[in-house]
Amino acid sequence: MWFPINRGLLQRRVGDVKAVDGISFDIIKGETLGLVGESGCGKSTTGRAILQLYKPTDGEVIYNGTDLTKLKSDEMRAMRREMQMIFQDPYASLNPRMTVGNIVGEPLEVHNIGTKAERLERVRELLAVVGLNPYFINRYPHEFSGGQRQRIGVARALAVNPSFIVCDEPISALDVSIQAQVINLLEDLQDQLGLTYLFIAHDLSVVRHISDRIAVMYLGKIMELADREELYRNPMHPYTQALLSAVPIPDPVIEEKRQRIILEGDVPSPVNPPLGCNFSTRCPKVMDVCHDREPAFRDYGEGHFVACWLYPQE
Amino acid sequence: MSRLLEVKGLETRFFTQDGVVHAVNGISYTVDEGETLAIVGESGCGKSVSVMSLLRLIPQPPGKITGGEVWFGAGEARKNLITMPDEEMRQVRGNRIAMIFQDPMTSLNPVLTIGYQISEALMLHMGMNKEAARQRTAELLELVGIPHAADRLDDYPHQFSGGMRQRVMIAMGLSCNPQLLIADEPTTALDVTIQAQITDLVNRLRDEIGMAIIWITHDLGVVAGLADRVIVMYAGFIVEEAPVKDLYANPRHPYTIGLLGSLPRLDAERGHRLTSIEGLPPDLIDLPVGCPFYARCHYRIEHCATENPALEPVSPGHKVACWVDVRTATQGITA
Repeated sequence: MWFPINRGLLQRRVGDVKAVDGISFDIIKGETLGLVGESGCGKSTTGRAILQLYKPTDGEVIYNGTDLTKLKSDEMRAMRREMQMIFQDPYASLNPRMTVGNIVGEPLEVHNIGTKAERLERVRELLAVVGLNPYFINRYPHEFSGGQRQRIGVARALAVNPSFIVCDEPISALDVSIQAQVINLLEDLQDQLGLTYLFIAHDLSVVRHISDRIAVMYLGKIMELADREELYRNPMHPYTQALLSAVPIPDPVIEEKRQRIILEGDVPSPVNPPLGCNFSTRCPKVMDVCHDREPAFRDYGEGHFVACWLYPQE
Repeated sequence: MSRLLEVKGLETRFFTQDGVVHAVNGISYTVDEGETLAIVGESGCGKSVSVMSLLRLIPQPPGKITGGEVWFGAGEARKNLITMPDEEMRQVRGNRIAMIFQDPMTSLNPVLTIGYQISEALMLHMGMNKEAARQRTAELLELVGIPHAADRLDDYPHQFSGGMRQRVMIAMGLSCNPQLLIADEPTTALDVTIQAQITDLVNRLRDEIGMAIIWITHDLGVVAGLADRVIVMYAGFIVEEAPVKDLYANPRHPYTIGLLGSLPRLDAERGHRLTSIEGLPPDLIDLPVGCPFYARCHYRIEHCATENPALEPVSPGHKVACWVDVRTATQGITA
């Protein structure tokens, strides 16, 4: 997924923001894949590109055997009944001039599902499912707190009975005690409805909590992908190691003994990523080859994928 | 270590069109020299307002400090900041007490160079001339880990990344060798690897310079590796105060227990369910009569609805505002 940079009178293309640069992964039915990374690493772009909210520059997105990138727009719209999204900011992702009933009911209307009365019934049911009082149906978003708004966003995503939901940082804008409410809700819904999630977040402890497998992104590339336990016990990529060590653990006794890997510097610009491995400018274990050529993203056993020169490439 | 700051019964209110917002409701605490105190709580619990009140940075109107005393300094120099004349207060702010803010993107002036913004305080408070201030600024930027600091003095804030800007803010805070540094969510807007850089830096600087720190945050994870003592605030009240290890090992207020339980932990087992706190914090305009946490509490008894408990010591250094002893109580009302 590249975004062109256009400059000047003629808006000539002078470069590309390589937001997501050649990544491949699978999501298995019924699982939660966590996508973690720092701001600007391309995790949200990945989520949007999967749902075809951005048209990927190159590559395929195969959903149940269908390549979404090849679908016409009306075919894609029909496909969206299957796949929905929950957005990060519950303040910006709900139309302030629509009632909760209209917001949650809109997907049903768009897809022509049911009669008006049936839709109303479905909206009430959805509100109850996400733990809101169905009595609130005629209220406006501003009358709700952040956590409640996020529940409205969840209800809207569930309206058309999707099987796959992209959750784009659904809890980062919420307070800690409210975060736990929304995480528990998402987990319960997955159990009840058999949903598949792509869970995007920057907080590794949240991602580890909710995910079955975790992909770690850095500067538009997936650096490591593994089962949650495996990733935590045996992080292979130096970036994953640094990321894990940077996450604070709420226990002063453990914190006292922990050795932090402090990364120097900042993430480079995706307009002009470094040659070779994208992490080479900050990597504590950098070697000559890292500045030169990009490592392959390889499976080192039981679905533990890593892209790093530290490990054998053949 | 001697006492540096003593806050007694501090009370701050905002008089708005909708009514009186009870933002800070008679809180008392102390900070010793060289100590790191963390104030923890969720948005709207009054943690920021309480430290803004210390420096009298509350916009008036609508805000007003309606009660309490703030004693700052040791021995002879000990003074009440609340009654201090404005002129004298200006000598305290940025000089003996410095503050760094949450958002490094908005707390630097975009049209002034980094060098100017730091040396301004040096010239104002330390009486340095331009040359000396510039040199000291370069030293400070070096100290907070900005590479080639001397060459970057004439850069503008937009030329720095978020983490770098927060370093600039810290350099600015440290410029006049403050005795107390107040850090208001300094890492919240930053990525986790940058957050680790900043907490590491602040810890190192505290050891080198020996200032006291009040660190305000909503993140109990960050606090664990940073603070000596922790204060937990809820709805403008202090509900628990304890040495850091004691608080995590032996939390005594139901709210603290709830907060700790609702944190996803990196080292937790698979399938571990978070114990969320149901409901929402109370409206600060219309505070309940009894305990502010009553409506969300799993341990509540009848008495809690009628009288707000005072903050009482339960063991050395550990104070709790709760009518119930959570160690022996059975969970009265479950969600």
